[in-house]
Amino acid sequence: MDLSDDVVAVPLRHPWRWISGGIATALLLSFIWAVFSATSIQHDIVTKFLFDPRILIGMGVTVVVTVVCMFIATVLATLLAVMKLSDNPLQRWLATGFIEFFRGTPLLLQIVFWGYLGIIFPHLVLGVPYTDIVFLSGKTSDLIPAIVAGIIALSLNEAAYSAEIVRAGILAVDGGQVEAAKSLGMSSSYTMRRIVLPQAMRVIIPPMGNEFIGMLKNTSLLQVIAVAELYTASSTISAANLAQIELLMVSGFWYLIMTTVLGVPQRALERRYGRGFEVVGGRSAPRAFKVGKR
Amino acid sequence: MANLMVDARNVRKSYGSNQVLNGISLTVQQGEVLCIIGPSGSGKSTFLRCLNHLESINGGRIYVNDELMGYRQVGNVLHELKPQDIAKQRQSIGMVFQRFNLFPHMTALQNVIEAPIGVAGIDPEEAKKQGLELLAQVGLQDKGDHYPAQLSGGQQQRVAIARALAMKPKLMLFDEPTSALDPELVGDVLDVMKSLAKAGMTMIVVTHEMGFAREVADKVVFIDKGVIVEQGKPKQVLDNPQETRTKSFLNKVL
Repeated sequence: MDLSDDVVAVPLRHPWRWISGGIATALLLSFIWAVFSATSIQHDIVTKFLFDPRILIGMGVTVVVTVVCMFIATVLATLLAVMKLSDNPLQRWLATGFIEFFRGTPLLLQIVFWGYLGIIFPHLVLGVPYTDIVFLSGKTSDLIPAIVAGIIALSLNEAAYSAEIVRAGILAVDGGQVEAAKSLGMSSSYTMRRIVLPQAMRVIIPPMGNEFIGMLKNTSLLQVIAVAELYTASSTISAANLAQIELLMVSGFWYLIMTTVLGVPQRALERRYGRGFEVVGGRSAPRAFKVGKR
Repeated sequence: MANLMVDARNVRKSYGSNQVLNGISLTVQQGEVLCIIGPSGSGKSTFLRCLNHLESINGGRIYVNDELMGYRQVGNVLHELKPQDIAKQRQSIGMVFQRFNLFPHMTALQNVIEAPIGVAGIDPEEAKKQGLELLAQVGLQDKGDHYPAQLSGGQQQRVAIARALAMKPKLMLFDEPTSALDPELVGDVLDVMKSLAKAGMTMIVVTHEMGFAREVADKVVFIDKGVIVEQGKPKQVLDNPQETRTKSFLNKVL
């Protein structure tokens, strides 16, 4: 008889995992079947419009607006977060006021406001007050077309949310880092740029990935001010051919594709800013930075 | 008096009603090694942090290399210095921390050359060359590409020493540099500090390593409850203490 002490055991059975998995699969399949067999849905319209030029152009607008808004929002958010952590009370109040205002009113309301800015201020003049110096002047609707109004609205709103994410990231960096930087003669802005923010990025990127996906979907709200993004394109088509559900499926499909693709750069960024924080050879990173990473 | 590196006069520091430093006066000559010993909470680390103005003081004056730290005195009035002027003063004072405080997102070499390039404005290639020399000086010439998390505590602390030296400081402050290390790693760090002392660096070391103090220090200061209880040559303070508080502290640690 083999008296080896290797552990050869019958694995524990998990019958409920199999049963619940079976139920979930059955429900999912029956839903897909219901969609595909529904006579009320004209599937040929879905496939016909999936690659319609208007849809594809709308998608392009959605991507551009999303990227531009997230760029502006991230820069503003970093500025707001630093202001909120400043020891200058005026900067703290300004940042807090901005964040409270733009978080406290609905995004849809802000979009409509910027879209209809021309009704409140028909003419815009940019110059030095109380002098005749004028840099720019004209009709508001010319200076701020719908797409610019949409970008302003989405960027400012997003900046307010992201500011808190950036601030949390900055606060997560060990205080000893700033002391070490100070002792080397670094200024506070240099310390923020080279020492604190790169470390804060690790904490900032995952929730910012969330915000990016949220932004991508929120661009659909720009339909109310007639910006020609993906949802506007699909609803313009369905307004003519009355195939609302089909075109919702078309735009829904593309939104899903775009949000999935976004995960790729996020993972690359997480690796980039995770450098030096990996747990190596049994020696762990400083306690403050330890993450449950297998 | 030409070579006075540190001149602390009646330094007082309090956090609210908690008086941490109660009038500390001491001087350190250029090239001297001063060891500060004392029980935890005695204010010795706080005093060290006041020397490079990481903490501001409530009373007294601190002069490092004939410069008043943190302030400008005009007649009898003190004016706070601008942050960039304080940063300038700190450039000539290196500091090594108990918990290393290396920048975890940079390799050992990047840690060493960051301030020379970004603050002192040294040419990157030149800084890199000097950085590698400094790493060799602390026995880590082959660890330049390692991130701090890939180094042992003792190696991290030696990188931290190299990082501080990279700014070519006139004075080095050590805040319990071996207290966070495993016992078998303490020796390497102390060896680096000994060779630094031998090379003529002016050093102020807060430490619990009595052996190091006895061997390297020119002067030992015993601080308790925010005042200097006793000071003198290491032999005198460590082997023949006069004050009862010094005696009872040394009995506990030796």
